[in-house]
Amino acid sequence: INIYTNTDHFLKFDQKCRTFKAAVLIQRWYRRYVARLEMRRRCTWTIFQSIEYACEQDQIKLHNFFSYLMDNFTPSSSKERDFISRMFISGESFKEAELEKYCDYESLEVPDSYTGPRLSFPLLPDHATALLEAFKQKQQLHARYVLNLLHETRKHLKQLPNISHVSTCYSEEVTVCGDLHGQLDDLFLIFYKNGLPSPSKSYVFNGDFVDRGKQSLEILIILFTFLLIYPKEVHLNRGNHEDHMVNLRYGFLVGLMTMSRLHGKKILKMIQNVFCWLPLATLIDQKVLVIHGGVSDTTDLDMLEKIQRNKFISVLRGKKRKESNRNVEIKEINGESQAEPDSAGNEITSSLPSQPRPTQAPSMTNRVEFSRWVRQTVQEQIEWCRKLVDISDSEEEELTCSSLVSLTDLDGPCWTRQEEWKQVSDILWSDPMPQEGCRENTVRGGGCYFGPDVTGKILEKYNLQFLIRSHECKQEGYEFCHNRKVLTIFSASNYYEIGSNRGAYVKLGPDLVPHFVQYQANKTAHTLTMTQRISRVEESAFRALREKLFAHTSALISAFKLYDKDNTGKITLSNWATAVESVLHLGLPWRMLRPQLVRSTADGMLEYKSWLDDLAMEQRSQEHIQSSLLEVIYRNRSNLETIFRIIDRDHSGLISFEEFHQTWKLFSSHMNIELTDDGINDLVRSIDFNKDGNIDFNEFLEAFRLPEGLTGRQVPGALH
Amino acid sequence: MPSFLQNGVVAKIEKKITEAFKVFDHEGNETVDVREIGSIVRSLGCFPTEAELHELLAKVEEEEPTGYVHLEKFLPVMIKVLLDRSYRPIPEDVLLHAFEALDENKSGYITKEDLVKHMTEEGEPFTEEEMEKMLSSALNPETNAVHYRDYISMMIVDETDDLPQ
Repeated sequence: INIYTNTDHFLKFDQKCRTFKAAVLIQRWYRRYVARLEMRRRCTWTIFQSIEYACEQDQIKLHNFFSYLMDNFTPSSSKERDFISRMFISGESFKEAELEKYCDYESLEVPDSYTGPRLSFPLLPDHATALLEAFKQKQQLHARYVLNLLHETRKHLKQLPNISHVSTCYSEEVTVCGDLHGQLDDLFLIFYKNGLPSPSKSYVFNGDFVDRGKQSLEILIILFTFLLIYPKEVHLNRGNHEDHMVNLRYGFLVGLMTMSRLHGKKILKMIQNVFCWLPLATLIDQKVLVIHGGVSDTTDLDMLEKIQRNKFISVLRGKKRKESNRNVEIKEINGESQAEPDSAGNEITSSLPSQPRPTQAPSMTNRVEFSRWVRQTVQEQIEWCRKLVDISDSEEEELTCSSLVSLTDLDGPCWTRQEEWKQVSDILWSDPMPQEGCRENTVRGGGCYFGPDVTGKILEKYNLQFLIRSHECKQEGYEFCHNRKVLTIFSASNYYEIGSNRGAYVKLGPDLVPHFVQYQANKTAHTLTMTQRISRVEESAFRALREKLFAHTSALISAFKLYDKDNTGKITLSNWATAVESVLHLGLPWRMLRPQLVRSTADGMLEYKSWLDDLAMEQRSQEHIQSSLLEVIYRNRSNLETIFRIIDRDHSGLISFEEFHQTWKLFSSHMNIELTDDGINDLVRSIDFNKDGNIDFNEFLEAFRLPEGLTGRQVPGALH
Repeated sequence: MPSFLQNGVVAKIEKKITEAFKVFDHEGNETVDVREIGSIVRSLGCFPTEAELHELLAKVEEEEPTGYVHLEKFLPVMIKVLLDRSYRPIPEDVLLHAFEALDENKSGYITKEDLVKHMTEEGEPFTEEEMEKMLSSALNPETNAVHYRDYISMMIVDETDDLPQ
């Protein structure tokens, strides 16, 4: 017996056992590590999404308020009318003829020193390449050419039907792109990978070209240029961001104004009009329906084809109201007091408060007096409006924005304006959901959540194969749902943050089988490992979340105190999670997120006051401003921004001191915030940004803005 | 554990598990894809082997496997797992010994080829995709080897205590 050999084998076997066990152990550890990463990634995504949608809700609340104000406020002086009507730019819509006159471009001289591209019409492919080159070099197109382009685009769009038709017979493939959101680099990347539009290369751009990204105008210019050069091959669908009210909030205007202060307003007016003329949908081979948002159980393509799509300057919805209440209000406004007789013939006086009649306006020469009177009158009106809001809260008919914002009534078909508005709103705002059925999209405030059964019915009714839509950011740039009957395509990569998601486009040949191309328009993203990418995106998300927590400091303290009856200053971590959700309503997994938000605990308890103090210190330094005021500003920054922009009629970025006060007063009463005149004065003084009696509100808001994201994007509000 | 303490702890653990579960509940109907159970269990602080995971799955799956797991079945099983502290975490030094066991020359690193061999030929089945992902963060591109002490410190830093407080 060779003992040596036996020992040898034994040793080898033992060795083998050890390495085997070691391998198992490492795998166990590694899989746990990956799972944690996955959890972090999903939590980060949830944070971004819930903050994004919370932002959209703000917009709805703000809009509700304005709708009521506009509907029910009868100004009794021109100044008053002026101030309040400024809130509703959408009410000021130009008739088509006026538009041409106002937004003329021919009088605009292009100086010899201008080195950018010069356009002449009809446009040629060379113009497109010149534009692409110029934008790559960060040049701007002169306002004259922009306006000219917009005029020609409008002319072209006007003769297009509401639903475009594309056929794969002519060009072998159709490429469909989703949201671009002003991210020009993504558009460049798409053209680089896929080729420019041409007679053999059809494109459908499915809405949301603007807002959030910095180069919204450039994207519009490029898309419109290609649209005019290749009208048979390039098709544009309207998205929910091709909407003036939405633009007011999301920063498209800011870029516009800095670009050309002088002509910005004309460009804005033209764009507002061009947006209304964008087609609503595209049909590929009569088999694939491409719309920006989605569908609902009432979607009617025949109706959509026939309505006058340019009526809908803004599709954002106002608050629901009882129809009966509305009648009463109208009568009240007209000064008649109506008493409804009941069945017994007795008169029942309306339970609504009567609208306050404004007192005689003092002379306008005394500014202080006048502004005080305006303030008081406005105050009274707001109170009245708010009471109306409180009364009419239950299920009822919808009040639509189109009734507020549409042009003068023309001979329309038999549908009500409300039905038409719903068709458009559903197409632009809806999202698919996994459950069956169709319900109101309360998160976005427009459109529906539609289930696989709704999709099925639509496909059957119109003999379609599947739907392509955009509207929602997807990690991989695209996603199927409803049993592969609905495809979401999203073309803005790194939407939330560098590395947050890929962008994608889809190509369809005659077989209508989708082929996807994904990309990420940032070199940095490629060099990062998965861990680094996730960490980076995570950091960004948590920064935004911490800021949101700070903005709700007072409410949080109250919530925590409910769990700390003995006033120890501490609460359990479990109660912390419950309390935070009760205040923020973001639906986030707080216990999962806790380690990133709460660094130090003692025996599983959190000292909440010092935790909140730490949060406060992280925010950008405005130590001289009272902390509670700071909180208010942070919490309402995006709304404040929107209001400022509305008041700033000439889009100069400046409003008068008086207007600043007015705005603040209006806003604080809407939000039920206490703020004295002294408080406002302190605020103004401490920030010290007065310029000749005018206030640069961008500067004001800049002080409370998050530092620009890693992508170098402008970040209005807490997050994009 | 005294019963009065037990109740409070169970309630907390239940909330934690439900939260983690819901992160993967795409349809909002308290079910998750069975393939996500591993991620959920592991992100709650457990380090099961694949075999142990399969055992757990057998307890939470439906009689007729639908591909989905319901929260109401998952919850009691997972609560017990956390209370019993099954699938305990691996301490850093044990992990280090494991890497050292694969490092025959005691050189402080493992070559790419050796690591791939050990991971894919030994231990539990390890997919190509998993191998690629592990290498992308573990491999030092200059030496084409895994310097495991560095790798471990990187992984440890990311760990925070996820166990319910």
